[in-house]
Amino acid sequence: MSEALLRLVRHGQEQGCRPYQRYLLDRGQWAALIAAIGEDEAVALLGLWADPAQVHAALMLGETILIASCTVPEGRFAAFSPVQPGAVRFERMIRDLWGHVAEGGIDQRPWLDHGRWPLTGPLAAQPAPNAMPPPQPVFLPVEGQGVHQIPVGPVHAGVIEPGHFRFHVQGEAVVRLEARLGYLHKGHIGLMLGKPALVAARFAARLSGDSTVAHSWAFAQGVEAALGLEPSPRALALRALMAELERLHNHLNDWGFLCNDAAFAWLHARAGALREAVLRAAATAFGHRLMMDRILPGGVTDDLTPQGAAAILAALDAVEAELPQLDAVYDSHASLADRMIGTGVIAPSLVRRFAAGGVVGRASGRAFDARHRPGYAPYATLEPRVSTAGDVDARARLRMTEMGDSIRLARGLMAALPPGELALPLPQRAGEGLGLVEGFRGECLHWVALDDGGLLRAAFPRDPSWLHWPLLEAAMEGNILADFPLINKSVNASYSGVDL
Amino acid sequence: MRGWRRLLWPRLAQGLVSPPLTDAPPVPPEELVQALVARLEAASQARLGRSLAIRQVDAGSCNGCELEINAMQSVIYDLERFGLRFVASPRHADVLLVTGPLTRNMREALLHTAECMPEPKWVVAAGDCAVDGGVFKDSYAVEGGIDAVLPVDLLIPGCPPTPTQLLEGMLALLEAQRVG
Ligand code: SF4
Repeated sequence: MSEALLRLVRHGQEQGCRPYQRYLLDRGQWAALIAAIGEDEAVALLGLWADPAQVHAALMLGETILIASCTVPEGRFAAFSPVQPGAVRFERMIRDLWGHVAEGGIDQRPWLDHGRWPLTGPLAAQPAPNAMPPPQPVFLPVEGQGVHQIPVGPVHAGVIEPGHFRFHVQGEAVVRLEARLGYLHKGHIGLMLGKPALVAARFAARLSGDSTVAHSWAFAQGVEAALGLEPSPRALALRALMAELERLHNHLNDWGFLCNDAAFAWLHARAGALREAVLRAAATAFGHRLMMDRILPGGVTDDLTPQGAAAILAALDAVEAELPQLDAVYDSHASLADRMIGTGVIAPSLVRRFAAGGVVGRASGRAFDARHRPGYAPYATLEPRVSTAGDVDARARLRMTEMGDSIRLARGLMAALPPGELALPLPQRAGEGLGLVEGFRGECLHWVALDDGGLLRAAFPRDPSWLHWPLLEAAMEGNILADFPLINKSVNASYSGVDL
Repeated sequence: MRGWRRLLWPRLAQGLVSPPLTDAPPVPPEELVQALVARLEAASQARLGRSLAIRQVDAGSCNGCELEINAMQSVIYDLERFGLRFVASPRHADVLLVTGPLTRNMREALLHTAECMPEPKWVVAAGDCAVDGGVFKDSYAVEGGIDAVLPVDLLIPGCPPTPTQLLEGMLALLEAQRVG
């Protein structure tokens, strides 16, 4: 069980990551870890990434979070993917960015690298120049009578992010969906490296714009942990206020768009109007509608003015007053029930296996919410909301429920804003930290390593969508093609967040 | 009767008597309109009609710009009252609205989309990233702003630009066509 696994990892050398320790394993220990995980249902792989010399796996074993690392002599390491299917895309990404090969990995195709960069292994110690023409992408084959392919994207019909979807269909039913992403690869990590934490924060804020608050906070948490810095209670409360407003406006957006994709335009229109009220309140209170760049390592940039507080309260009142009515309309229309219920089911066992967080995980019975466990200030007691149906309807309803919670949390935070410094200066020293913050999609994880001068030596921002994309593919199986927009929206994974 | 309250029709009927949610239209700055008129004349471009069909392409955005473009389509801004609407196919579009720094991985898809559009067309770069690559301009994976591969008629800076700024830009295009 997990106990044995924990002992195994703790045999490695401590690397001083805070608040979750990182252990450097030798190749034998790393292989033993993978073998042990194979039998253990309770292990969740939160992320897998690399630097020029090592690979790192963030694991959650029951209640314990830790990082296991291994060196990569000759650019090779033993793959996680044979025992953890969620590792597949991480391993493909590691090969594309750092050039390390996952030995025994179950999928060796490129992921982010479409063959269009001027170099290969851009984050490797020595990137190689690339002058080859871009290769044709290869998709997993499907065999069967009457199976045909439908390619969609990267440019889609609506205002959404680009990605390619390859559907194999038999009649109307989807036999397999495979997503090909990477179109938005901007070289995020490369841009963060070598920069002071305050400058790198601008990139964390732009990993996935809809989660700018959550990612900024998780990055700040990582940096603060690395430096042993404790932001003031006031800064933490203001961060949480912004995070709840972000959750609220995104849940409103997703819920409205879900109704729209089921051709119920009125609910979408109302949700859009309420969302706009929240964004305007955020602009009044924090000077930016999406609250971008308001959270920095050390604290926050702005205090809440009385005028800002009044604007937020008015917006919360408006949303709170209308949500029950919208919910009642949702509930009472067979046309919505017909589209939502039983559509795009994600099995609880899959959610556990892929360690999917956020609404996607909780709607399929995985009671994980980073605000609750491991938990962080200023959140005190918070029980994750869970449902078990795992269909589009469950994900829509959970968003509705969580909106109510966010409104209550935001009110509570404003009613008792503690005193304290807005921002603390960052000491200039080395350190390593991991931040974990619950965004509207799920937990945002940021690993940061600073050198003696306080510059980023290594970093990895992991959007929760890494663990959602494979589940979207699973959710489509056996559903009709026409339900794809609805199912896709119900998962709403970020493209930019995983394209890095 | 509790069931009555759950019905949609009474709620819709309320909309007939309550004031509209929609904001008053923003007025595009005169200099901007004049600059666009000059551009039209210099290109001796055939004129588009009094409405514009917009095709949006995310060429590398963080999705913040998309959020605000979507917000611009809400009832609060109500684009369609100006004759502005988003279309699914570039073949139906008069305006190519592009966001994001242009990533190397999106270059080809963006160019294909632009080629599918009939002439005359406007190309709009929305957001600091689309203007010149923004914070991402020095990356190996980024070509720069949208003008690295397409002639751009209108820049709408901002990170992200607000729906009002975006709407102002779109209205400036309409206005330039009217007076030009
Ligand atoms: S301009 Fe700002 S919001 Fe728009 S894509 Fe760039 S970083 Fe994101």
